[in-house]
Amino acid sequence: MRRHLFEGLIRKPLTEPAPRIDDVATAELAASLDRTARKRLGRSLSIRAVDAGSCNGCELEIIALNNAFYDLERLGLRFVASPRHADVLLVTGPVTKNMREALQRTYHATPDPKWVVALGDCAADGGLFAGSLACIGAVDAVIPVDIHIRGCPPSPRQILAALLALLET
Amino acid sequence: MSALADLLRAGRPIAAHRPWPRAVVGTDTWQSAATQLRDGNLVLSGLWGESNSVHMALRDRALNEIAVLSLDCPERRFPSAGRLHPPAIRLERAIRDLHGLEPLGAPDTRPWLVHAAEPYRFLPAEGEGLHQIPVGPVHAGTIEPGHFRITANGETVVRLEERLGYAHKGTEALMASGDIARAAKLAGRVSGDSTVAYAYAFARAVEAALDVAPPPRAVWLRALMAELERLANHLGDIGAICNDASFALMHAHCGVLRERVLRAADAAFGHRLMRDCIVPGGVAADLADTDAAQLNTLVDELARRFPPLVALYDNQASLLDRTVGSGILRPALARQFGAGGFVGRASGQNFDARRAVAFAPYDRLEFEVPTRTDGDVNARVWIRIHEVEQSLSLVRQLLAGLPDGPVRTELPAPAEPREGMALVEGFRGDILIWLRIGADGRVERCHPRDPSWFQWPLLEAAIEGNIVADFPLCNKSFNCSYSGHDL
Repeated sequence: MRRHLFEGLIRKPLTEPAPRIDDVATAELAASLDRTARKRLGRSLSIRAVDAGSCNGCELEIIALNNAFYDLERLGLRFVASPRHADVLLVTGPVTKNMREALQRTYHATPDPKWVVALGDCAADGGLFAGSLACIGAVDAVIPVDIHIRGCPPSPRQILAALLALLET
Repeated sequence: MSALADLLRAGRPIAAHRPWPRAVVGTDTWQSAATQLRDGNLVLSGLWGESNSVHMALRDRALNEIAVLSLDCPERRFPSAGRLHPPAIRLERAIRDLHGLEPLGAPDTRPWLVHAAEPYRFLPAEGEGLHQIPVGPVHAGTIEPGHFRITANGETVVRLEERLGYAHKGTEALMASGDIARAAKLAGRVSGDSTVAYAYAFARAVEAALDVAPPPRAVWLRALMAELERLANHLGDIGAICNDASFALMHAHCGVLRERVLRAADAAFGHRLMRDCIVPGGVAADLADTDAAQLNTLVDELARRFPPLVALYDNQASLLDRTVGSGILRPALARQFGAGGFVGRASGQNFDARRAVAFAPYDRLEFEVPTRTDGDVNARVWIRIHEVEQSLSLVRQLLAGLPDGPVRTELPAPAEPREGMALVEGFRGDILIWLRIGADGRVERCHPRDPSWFQWPLLEAAIEGNIVADFPLCNKSFNCSYSGHDL
């Protein structure tokens, strides 16, 4: 174990520069955020991930944000264990009927000011599951959404870029 | 004559079903099959419904023969197999939810995948000093939605009851209304972490039904993708299990190796998870020679970096103190449920579709199927470790033996309805896909059966008597799929 820790000291870090902020995401956000809220948050966001019935592909890429290559905590972003600690809900999936109430309750448990990020094609419009009798479809049919990150699933870099846009706007 | 052959002979064979036999049987034979499941001669490999019939996939434990029995249900009911064989109970509850067919004499009649408006009746746990801990469906970590009702006496878990279905997306109904290409994409989204394995199984089932063989290069590329997916998932799991025992260093190192696999997959096939890369008829993305060389470099790096991590795991007394002896799954239960993957193989089961079905190219490759009998969290970690080693060797063999040629073939149009079935070994166990293609070339019915169906119930048993704080650790060591199960 000592060897592993020592290597960590002398090896070059794997962590890569943060991605450029996506202009489209920034534009979408500018409309929905005001300066007062940004002042209150500073350069830090607490994120609560909510799986509203995804296939778990999006979750894999969210989890990847914590690895040494992306290391999202250095950018002031961190995942928290409760919606009551969160500024941002990161919602995935085509919102199954069975998850509708849990998603609404999670939203109401999150203190204001709060933002909702719909992650992945399913969360944007139901994706391939649009029209299913077991799904509601887009997240914004259940709770208000501030920003969409498309992809099936979006790559960690895309997710990071959009979350940084949320910080910068 | 095998037990399976006897059951088949009692029914009417369906000629359009490939590659294994299917027969429509009567109620007596259906019940006789349930009895043989109870007695342990046969393994339940799947149980699913249609609008007016039910199907049961069976595997002969000794001979590795596979067959499907079907029972017509004109009166919308069928004798419950779960009454005799508990692994069938949740599958029958799902059939009732999705198709309205009533399992007569079923021991549990509560809804399962489709949640009702009225409150769910959890099973009682009675006694002095017991308290309940409800967990989920929104969890503290980034995991899928499900509810766990833990009844504890102080620190000790007395009963765990799972309530699933939160990720139920109506996938089967969507597949049934689309063409083959759309159903293939849906198959790749049954469980995102197994997108390759599902697309692989779906493609093989379509090809079995239509009696078409993909080009040899595609056959090898599919296995290459499947082994890369297994590597990525096992590496992620090993780290995450250690993380749930608060050993973050292992998690960090394994996370780096997992990311390297995903990046190599992205470079080679154009998608980090290799989603939609396997299609019926072949593969959608060919492998360039330069990318093959990169994959060889990746394997070399993993082979160099992984053994020190294994030593790190094996030398941490404080970590082993958490994993050894926790969440023990008794081999008898794993056998009864026919549990696949690391859950089954850590508890004495040795079924691996790559070996038992021996489909190409695995019939030409050398690999071992590691098994253990201790059945605890530690055993499930070690099975994954050994499978990483095997997959590294398989990737090398696949790259070395990769044939040249085209990677995709046209699917013929069926003249009449055709049925196909496939078993493919995903990272968490054997995935079954059954489907019927209509004369118009569209998918009439498709049933994907996740290995988790026969692993989730075992988690309830394995956690009993453990401390509440070890639940995340045990749960992660099982790593069952919510979405794959909920459909």
